[in-house]
Amino acid sequence: MLKLVGGGGGQDWACSVAGTSLGGEEAAFEVARPGDRGKAGGGSPGWGCAGIPDSEPWAGVLQAGVVGPARWGQGAEEVGESAGGGEERRVRHPQAPALRLPNRKPQGGSGEIKTPENDLQRGRLSRGPRAAPPAPGMGDRGGQPERSAPHSPGAPVGTSAAAVNGLLHNGFHPPPVQPPLVCSRGPVGGNDAVPQRLPLLPELQPQPLLPQHDSPAKKCRLRRRMDSGRKNRPPFPWFGMDIGGTLVKLVYFEPKDITAEEEQEEVENLKSIRKYLTSNTAYGKTGIRDVHLELKNLTMCGRKGNLHFIRFPSCAMHRFIQMGSEKNFSSLHTTLCATGGGAFKFEEDFRMIADLQLHKLDELDCLIQGLLYVDSVGFNGKPECYYFENPTNPELCQKKPYCLDNPYPMLLVNMGSGVSILAVYSKDNYKRVTGTSLGGGTFLGLCCLLTGCETFEEALEMAAKGDSTNVDKLVKDIYGGDYERFGLQGSAVASSFGNMMSKEKRDSISKEDLARATLVTITNNIGSIARMCALNENIDRVVFVGNFLRINMVSMKLLAYAMDFWSKGQLKALFLEHEGYFGAVGALLELFKMTDDK
Amino acid sequence: MAECGASGSGSSGDSLDKSITLPPDEIFRNLENAKRFAIDIGGSLTKLAYYSTVQHKVAKVRSFDHSGKDTERDHEPPYEISVQEEITARLHFIKFENTYIEACLDFIKDHLVNTETKVIQATGGGAYKFKDLIEEKLRLNPWCSGWHFLFRNIPHEAFVYQKDSDPEFRFQTNHPHIFPYLLVNIGSGVSIVKVETEDRFEWVGGSSIGGGTFWGLGALLTKTKKFDELLHLASRGQHSNVDMLVRDVYGGAHQTLGLSGNLIASSFGKSATADQEFSKEDMAKSLLHMISNDIGQLACLHARLHSLDRVYFGGFFIRGHPVTMRTITYSINFFSKGEVQALFLRHEGYLGAIGAFLKGAEQDNPNQYSWGENYAGSSGLMSTSPELGPAQRARSGTFDLLEMDRLERPLVNLPLLLDPPSYVPDTVDLTDDALARKYWLTCFEEALDGVVKRAVASQPDSVDAAERAEKFRQKYWNKLQTLRQQPFAYGTLTVRSLLDTREHCLNEFNFPDPYSKVKQRENGVALRCFPGVVRSLDTLGWEERQLALVKGLLAGNVFDWGAKAVSEPWLVDSYSEWLQRLKGPPHKCALIFADNSGIDIILGVFPFVRELLLRGTEVILACNSGPALNDVTHGESLIVAERIAGMDPVVHSALREERLLLVQTGSSSPCLDLSRLDKGLAALVRERGADLVVIEGMGRAVHTNYHAALCCESLKLAVIKNAWLAERLGGRLFSVIFKYEVPAE
Repeated sequence: MLKLVGGGGGQDWACSVAGTSLGGEEAAFEVARPGDRGKAGGGSPGWGCAGIPDSEPWAGVLQAGVVGPARWGQGAEEVGESAGGGEERRVRHPQAPALRLPNRKPQGGSGEIKTPENDLQRGRLSRGPRAAPPAPGMGDRGGQPERSAPHSPGAPVGTSAAAVNGLLHNGFHPPPVQPPLVCSRGPVGGNDAVPQRLPLLPELQPQPLLPQHDSPAKKCRLRRRMDSGRKNRPPFPWFGMDIGGTLVKLVYFEPKDITAEEEQEEVENLKSIRKYLTSNTAYGKTGIRDVHLELKNLTMCGRKGNLHFIRFPSCAMHRFIQMGSEKNFSSLHTTLCATGGGAFKFEEDFRMIADLQLHKLDELDCLIQGLLYVDSVGFNGKPECYYFENPTNPELCQKKPYCLDNPYPMLLVNMGSGVSILAVYSKDNYKRVTGTSLGGGTFLGLCCLLTGCETFEEALEMAAKGDSTNVDKLVKDIYGGDYERFGLQGSAVASSFGNMMSKEKRDSISKEDLARATLVTITNNIGSIARMCALNENIDRVVFVGNFLRINMVSMKLLAYAMDFWSKGQLKALFLEHEGYFGAVGALLELFKMTDDK
Repeated sequence: MAECGASGSGSSGDSLDKSITLPPDEIFRNLENAKRFAIDIGGSLTKLAYYSTVQHKVAKVRSFDHSGKDTERDHEPPYEISVQEEITARLHFIKFENTYIEACLDFIKDHLVNTETKVIQATGGGAYKFKDLIEEKLRLNPWCSGWHFLFRNIPHEAFVYQKDSDPEFRFQTNHPHIFPYLLVNIGSGVSIVKVETEDRFEWVGGSSIGGGTFWGLGALLTKTKKFDELLHLASRGQHSNVDMLVRDVYGGAHQTLGLSGNLIASSFGKSATADQEFSKEDMAKSLLHMISNDIGQLACLHARLHSLDRVYFGGFFIRGHPVTMRTITYSINFFSKGEVQALFLRHEGYLGAIGAFLKGAEQDNPNQYSWGENYAGSSGLMSTSPELGPAQRARSGTFDLLEMDRLERPLVNLPLLLDPPSYVPDTVDLTDDALARKYWLTCFEEALDGVVKRAVASQPDSVDAAERAEKFRQKYWNKLQTLRQQPFAYGTLTVRSLLDTREHCLNEFNFPDPYSKVKQRENGVALRCFPGVVRSLDTLGWEERQLALVKGLLAGNVFDWGAKAVSEPWLVDSYSEWLQRLKGPPHKCALIFADNSGIDIILGVFPFVRELLLRGTEVILACNSGPALNDVTHGESLIVAERIAGMDPVVHSALREERLLLVQTGSSSPCLDLSRLDKGLAALVRERGADLVVIEGMGRAVHTNYHAALCCESLKLAVIKNAWLAERLGGRLFSVIFKYEVPAE
């Protein structure tokens, strides 16, 4: 079954909403290949990814997500600029000074739209900065040539047709009135500024739900009706979001204990979100629900339900916001708790386009709280945490559960696009030790340049087949044997990519070898830095998380090996099943905490 | 890990160019006398070390045998000068691109006269390919011993690099408390070594992300084969096109969050796309930052673990490349928050070769001697830097040279220095002071004609004197031009180093002592005046005499510039304190550093010495070991003293009773470095318990040691014979410096 909608190449979240509702087709995991683009997208790179010019919308399931992008500056830059960045500041949760963004003064409120809704939201969510400088690229969106095309000329007809058919059953009530030939809605308050690049078929256009433009009072009433059951509970839907440099991680709590009465009262809008999210495993071309990670039968904030884990590339963020606008998400009056750099970067867009006020949260707080929470509830009866037994013996090396009941102190290595390393002494006492800019983003970035691959999956697949020793110069390549004096083995890497200094060798290696060498280089380097930090901090448990480890057994085993080998068994590398989602979970937990506070 | 080549010497894929012509006069000097030989073939550069002997002319003075002849004929010189050939030892270090290796080896083979006597050694990973040359595999040991050898012999070997300051290179004065430190060698990979003493060091870690990664990955990404070209690309790139910066992740909010938006969140984070082309420059820059930051971070983590605050960097990744020094320094500052200092070495590239060489030299070990950098034969820092345009490069630009002369005697600190680690001989750092630098460079340029003339005149019987003098002019002129462009080329630039460079260049072209005749004449004249001067001094009352003696010291000091009278009032005047002191008990022993020949030594210093002797003070009179300008040499001082002893019973008996001792300083410089003095002098100072140091002359008391703090009384006397300097010091031409200092209790 075809699920591609419209001509936009399918990265378009909103149109995918319609399309994928046909039934969560497995094929949704497929990512458009470069070759497909002509067909699907009419060769129109860039649209849908405003703000990141020239970025690759189809980058699709770009998995090397950033849970914690550089904060106080891992990876030094702009040489010559004074080295700022107090890195080792000890942060005491929850009073982390610089991190408590809500206390920050707004930079300039010029862009804010004065509406009663906004005022209301502000009253409720006043902890957030009201305005931030516009996200870069906002203005760039205008020039997309396809904006007026209902769908791309090259879009497969069948796809569109299917989408059309699917639309009416998509769980979202059809709008009462079909506005003729409206390609899309502009952002709230915007008009010409955001000419639409939503190539939605007219029928797909989400319609404003009239009551939501009513008075604040009325809105409140409406809201109470569809409340999550208790006054001190936040209203549904419950989301936690972590907007990284590469990947957006979204957790969604699906209540399973909805009474018939509740169900009846549930506004269509809310219901359709629930149905849509839970009945699909893929959203558009780029959104993926990690079904295998779903936490079932969880009690959160007094409600029983399932926690869903969804991810999509950060460059699709604007689509997502657009959808929020089109679905009139703001009418639900939920608080969108978000962490990660993108919470700041896209805050303005959320407000301007979707009339949504983000509750921004410190990403390291979220990471730790989320991690501790998920570990405490377990993974559907199985342990969340594991390690590798016999890491130095490839034959005997195997995954084993690890009990993290008493986790402190731990060194937490969060590997997203970049890497942050934290020393955690208790649930609210931790410090960021350091970070490095050589992370998942570097692996994928270099792989793309070196092999022409486009996705994390592809890069890992190549790496699995390659042999890094063709690319790296080993100790034995230099000294012809073991480097006994320093206890180095001949098989140790002396110089990553060192063999590539020679033209003959450059001509003789495969792309797979290059991918493997990149993976090994980045992984070993993170391991090496983590090990030094563990020594400096005197911590012997190192917990590796982040989406760099997703489907990446090679790196996990390498890290396990490196920790064990170099420390002579003193250090233990630990891993967690929900790798990259802790920030998002932590953000969701903040939603509950916020309500408690009231 | 060690620096190593990829495959074969031409690892960058270049074919060997055998047709190159070597400039043998300049690069393989004294090869025929080479006694020992070491070669270190690295990934891109070959380092060659050999020990050779140099025959050069030295001016010697010798008393006439006056027995049986009429003595003291007025027109006769007081002693005779003879020019002799002398053999001295010299260490030659040459560094060149591997491209030239075959041509060089051929050249060497042809020029080594007696191959059996040579030992050939090699270090470095790349040497593995040249199995027959290998003797030493581990590079670390040689590196450390090489560094410690240079540390002992080249005062300004280490420097910090500061990109946006002027000067970019800030040299560190070597001091004894160098240990412990962290050594990070960035070859193909990275070795991190903790060095605790000269021979105790420990490999504490390493990383595979090093120069080989930059080169290898850079070659893949940019199709650029050569390391230098990659660096060149990097220096022109914009990494923010390739790297994901904090501002890319946070948007504009980084400012409100107090984050630096320019920090890299993810290296190459933007290149995860197939749609975009990235420029070679941008990718190279991004790669350079990635690798430099990573190494800096690891170095800081290790420094922290071992509580070390200094990291010395070496290896081909660093070697004289401002781009990499800059990024590494930045990274170290960033990750250590300024607590760790990144240091680089002027001759880093030679350390392996020097070390290997030292190891092979069990007998006749160079470590038994003191050595001095020969400024004439060394090409200086950055002489082959790819960042410099061809116009700035020396003619033999691809060949970097270091020559060190073996000094006759080991040099040590003057035991009377108050705080040896903080002693800096030079008063003005010309690297630092652009205005002063400009002035002095011009000053030396303008004086060059006179020096050339003087040199020719000093050898009237030589047929090629004019030709050699012209060569000298060219060489020294080029040095001055180099120093205008790169004031950091030979360490901290000072008036002393300019003077020393001139002496080295003169020696290079066999003008060992252009002033020998002048000095001979002046000494003759002064000696004839000596009895009269002493007689008239003796007629003065005590207080008058003390002033007259001091004025004599000062007056003698201006003869070479033809000064008629000193400028009044004295610019620095603590004469009354000195006089007061003289009324007290005599000093036990005075150490006097003499300046000029002629009037200065004979009519200024000797009467002063005589007075001290009469007071019951022993005197150590220290003169230069070798000639420099018109300064009195130790040899000359012996003859002068002998002649004075013949006229004066006080001096005569003092010499006989060893209350007056004539020693050499170990130096051949018009200036004075109290941290590099003859070991015998130091021993004597200790033995006699010297409690007064007298330093006279502009070179020794103003250009150097003006601020030197001693742990005993000191007297610094000079007449400022340079209008610019006088003005700088707030006085006029021929202003008098009379600085009597007593250390604070």
